Amino acid sequence: MLRLEGLRKQYRTGDLALKGVDLEVPDSQVMALIGPSGAGKSTLIRCVNRLVEPTDGKVYLGDLELTSLSRFALRKARRRMGMIFQEYALVERLTVMENVLSGRLGYVGFWRSWFRKFPKEDVREAYRLLDRVGLMDMADKRADELSGGQRQRVGICRALIQNPELLLVDEPTASLDPKTSRQIMRLINELCAERGLAAIINIHDVMLAQMFSQRIVGLELGAIVYDGPPDQLTPEVLTRIYGEEDWEATIGKDEDAEDEDETVPVAAQVLTGEAAS
Amino acid sequence: MPLIETSDGPDWRRRTTKQEFMIWFGWLIGTAIVVYAFHLISEKTIWFFVQDAGTQAMDIGTRMVPPKISYMDKLWLPVWDTLNIATLGTVIALIIAVPVAFAAARNTTPHPIIRATALLVIVSSRSVNSLIWALMLVFIFGPGVLAGTIAIGLRSIGFCAKLLYEAIEEIDHTQVEAIEATGASRAQQILFGIVPQVLPTFAGVGVFRWDINIRESTILGLVGAGGIGLQLNGSINTLAWTQVSMILLVIFVTVLISEWVSAKVRHAII
Repeated sequence: MLRLEGLRKQYRTGDLALKGVDLEVPDSQVMALIGPSGAGKSTLIRCVNRLVEPTDGKVYLGDLELTSLSRFALRKARRRMGMIFQEYALVERLTVMENVLSGRLGYVGFWRSWFRKFPKEDVREAYRLLDRVGLMDMADKRADELSGGQRQRVGICRALIQNPELLLVDEPTASLDPKTSRQIMRLINELCAERGLAAIINIHDVMLAQMFSQRIVGLELGAIVYDGPPDQLTPEVLTRIYGEEDWEATIGKDEDAEDEDETVPVAAQVLTGEAAS
Repeated sequence: MPLIETSDGPDWRRRTTKQEFMIWFGWLIGTAIVVYAFHLISEKTIWFFVQDAGTQAMDIGTRMVPPKISYMDKLWLPVWDTLNIATLGTVIALIIAVPVAFAAARNTTPHPIIRATALLVIVSSRSVNSLIWALMLVFIFGPGVLAGTIAIGLRSIGFCAKLLYEAIEEIDHTQVEAIEATGASRAQQILFGIVPQVLPTFAGVGVFRWDINIRESTILGLVGAGGIGLQLNGSINTLAWTQVSMILLVIFVTVLISEWVSAKVRHAII
């Protein structure tokens, strides 16, 4: 599905973000990309759809080589790759429906998008997707009226309405609470399975990565240092990716810790309730 | 060295001794300039005239009351003209300012040379006062409302375009990135990613400039470019002080209403 060959990115500041990455993502595989901040995770997925221009190397989407495409051909190729962002990146002042339909801009001409005259099938598909993620009633709300989890669902719909073959997901849960994070990750996972999509998911949370992916790739200082199944993440591997730390609690057992987190607000409520009475 | 080691432990100060001295020196220079400038102005002022300024002001003040209400009959049309000059001028300015702003903003300009041209348009529009634009345009179009309208329009292009292009440069770029990632064209990215973000600024700037233009258009008549300024000029020249006060009152009320309207509109948009 996606193949990176010797992908290198050097920023104008001289920072070498990617040091010749080779990576292959087969059809309908959900792959988590973990690594510390600044490891080049974001740069990597942005180099795939060329929101960031790679300095060197090749990117193959199926048989199509992306780095040498003209602007016009790149636009066409981008339609095949849906992207989901960390802070949702919805256009805040547009409605939910407009945000979802903006995923079809690659297929629609300028004047049709000016007058918001999207084809009937697109509108129907938008409603189907909103219904699928449970936001049917929100279609006419403005994006900035929604909660974080709801916004990310809209972001997911916007990516899916492109009818992509590949999802590029950049820190989808970074600004969400633990429960919503799980729901969003589960949703992305389910949708990938339903549609047979491949996905690269950048994620900070090692626990979530283990729970919701078939394969984990660890990136450190622009190079891949781990590539394997989620259950083989050992403290040694995490030390190699992130550096020295006590990793025992992070692996597997973390579930209880998260649950404790969630019960905290309830306890706090009870306490304030008592204080009030 | 804001951190100073003393015998009884570390001490912290906001500035180092050197910085303190520099600031003190700055104040010294500033005070000296003010004293010197006051001296210069004082030398060039004929204090004899200033001595009775209070009496003169009182004199004109008493001649101004009561405002000549009946003069209002002749003021409705000039007031209407003034409002039209301001409104039409603002509309013209906005129509031209939008493309200029997109050409001037670093993130939307098609080419650096076009950006430089757009910035030049903005600066030249802003550097000339609308009264001076009117003065020149009266020669070109002859006296009347048209010259005033175009003067207001020309003056406002720079103001509107400058505020707009700054807003365009300050948008949240990830929203545009998200649109770009869908395979949208450059024009569509502007339409879906940038326009919604700057629309409130656009409306706010338009209303704000309209508000300013109502005040500016009240004086354009002084150079024959239409509006209530013509009557004001005439009344002052004929020493008809009760008419002058009536006109000032009308201007005051007009500006008050325009402020109220613009506040309402801005509130509704944002």
